[in-house]
Amino acid sequence: MSLAVFKRSAEASKQSTKTLSCDCGDNVPAAFARAARPRKPLIARVDWRGAVLPIAAIAIWWAISEAHVVKSGLLVSPAQVLATASQQIVSGALFKALSASLAREASGFVIGTLGGLLLGSALGFSRLATRMIGPSFDTFKQISLFAWIPLISVWFGLGDAAKVVFLSLAALLPVAAHTCDGIHAVPRAYIEVARAFRYSRWQLIRAVILPAALPSIFTGLYLALIYSWLATLGAEYLLVAGSGIGNTLIDGSEQFRMDLVLFGVVVVGVTGWALNALARAVERAMFARRSEAAAR
Amino acid sequence: MSETALDAGNERFGHDAAARELPAASPRRNARLRALAWRLAPWVLPAVLLALWATGCERGWIAPQILPPPERVFDTFVELARSGDLASNTLISLQRVLVGFAAGTLLGFALGAALGLSRTFEAYVLPSFNALVQIPVLGWLPFLLLLVGVGEPLKYILIAHAALVPVTLSTLQGFRQTPASLDEVARVFAYKRWQRIVYLVVPAAVPTLATGVRLAFTKAWLALVVVELVASSEGLGYLIVYGRQLFQLDLVMASVVVVGAIGYAMNRSLDALEARLRRGQPSAFRE
Repeated sequence: MSLAVFKRSAEASKQSTKTLSCDCGDNVPAAFARAARPRKPLIARVDWRGAVLPIAAIAIWWAISEAHVVKSGLLVSPAQVLATASQQIVSGALFKALSASLAREASGFVIGTLGGLLLGSALGFSRLATRMIGPSFDTFKQISLFAWIPLISVWFGLGDAAKVVFLSLAALLPVAAHTCDGIHAVPRAYIEVARAFRYSRWQLIRAVILPAALPSIFTGLYLALIYSWLATLGAEYLLVAGSGIGNTLIDGSEQFRMDLVLFGVVVVGVTGWALNALARAVERAMFARRSEAAAR
Repeated sequence: MSETALDAGNERFGHDAAARELPAASPRRNARLRALAWRLAPWVLPAVLLALWATGCERGWIAPQILPPPERVFDTFVELARSGDLASNTLISLQRVLVGFAAGTLLGFALGAALGLSRTFEAYVLPSFNALVQIPVLGWLPFLLLLVGVGEPLKYILIAHAALVPVTLSTLQGFRQTPASLDEVARVFAYKRWQRIVYLVVPAAVPTLATGVRLAFTKAWLALVVVELVASSEGLGYLIVYGRQLFQLDLVMASVVVVGAIGYAMNRSLDALEARLRRGQPSAFRE
């Protein structure tokens, strides 16, 4: 969980109605400032102090494993981890596991997001729906998601169907909650202006509500992406069947192969980071366009 | 949610389905009926689901192995409560989550405060911290399983880790958002470093900290359930797994309900605590 994810989760945990700054006006000067700043060479821009700790840790690890002070099969050397990594990459095992995991994550994310958008807009637009579904939805949200896995495994088996159902559920909850919040937080004044201009219902949704609710909806999508990645790991852990990066970790743990486990842990971390970066890049591109549109 | 698009939208769209469904009667009776329908609306969905579940099981649409009838789930729950299994397992789970949460929160405060107060410490440590937190609890699990085994330390470490991350990040963020105007006042009064921290930085950080602690609890509870599902022989998560292994779905469902209820109760009390902390804030910090 990076700082950005923390901020979003913190935002998500606040159930209060919040007003959104929708005009994005403050983004414009920031964009200009970014363009105006002279670009320093890469070496000067990176703060190398951050590298001290990891390098020291690896050096100590390497020294201990070389010195053979600790007699344990669990203490593997960095070289051994690297060898395992290259072996996994070359043999295609990593590609197979990672692609299986990511395919699952993607399908769960898409299904869950679509369902979440539908449910969230129903909750957001209709007061009756909020009143009827809202409390049940809130109660359902309280139950730790992973607690559903045993039930899902009975109903859908241990295969991909069960995993995708679980992942969709993990993605659906944040998207629905944030879509609903975003629609609820559209300032009343906007709606009044739209009414004064005699907007049709479609125009109201397209030109007023959707743009104003978009930042919140995007927060939901972002959280959904992160949660579904966590859920992918959880699903592979608890519904042990087929292949995936979670299964690689389990295999390593069961065979007491610390090198494989460490390699898997790194892959999981890098994948999570990459998904995070992807979401942030998409968001930046999207909101850059919005602020350009606002500037025009 | 009164001053929102919702109400305006409803006025415009005429989304008053409750009124549409009711027969035309005298206006006053109509209004009272509508108010009643409005009050009952949240219970419709659970009631319909429960009715479907009960009749489905009774008529044999669904095999009881797949979905046990509601009364059996209730009986199992009562039996669990009476035999003391529920209490002992809940206690174990609560103890794990409280110890892990407390340790993680304290460490998180310390780490976050150090990161927030010293730019140098931040430059050295934050990149490594950020890299390590990319790995979720479930990623660490196999590593720690090999390192410390399946005992209690594993659970404490993982729950503490889950709580530590949001607390650290919120402390860091909170310590960095001291209002600049108050900072200037402190400089005018020539506050010492510790005075600035005690009277300025910490009070200004309280709302962010409260959010972080709340989030930390949610994460700790989630981590507890996961750890108990994967590697435990006691606790609520274990009850769920045990029920699943024996194909006793009534046990699974009763335990899931308890897990949900405890999480809900804890969240509500932390909500109340957070609201109290926020109310105690001097208005200058709200800005």
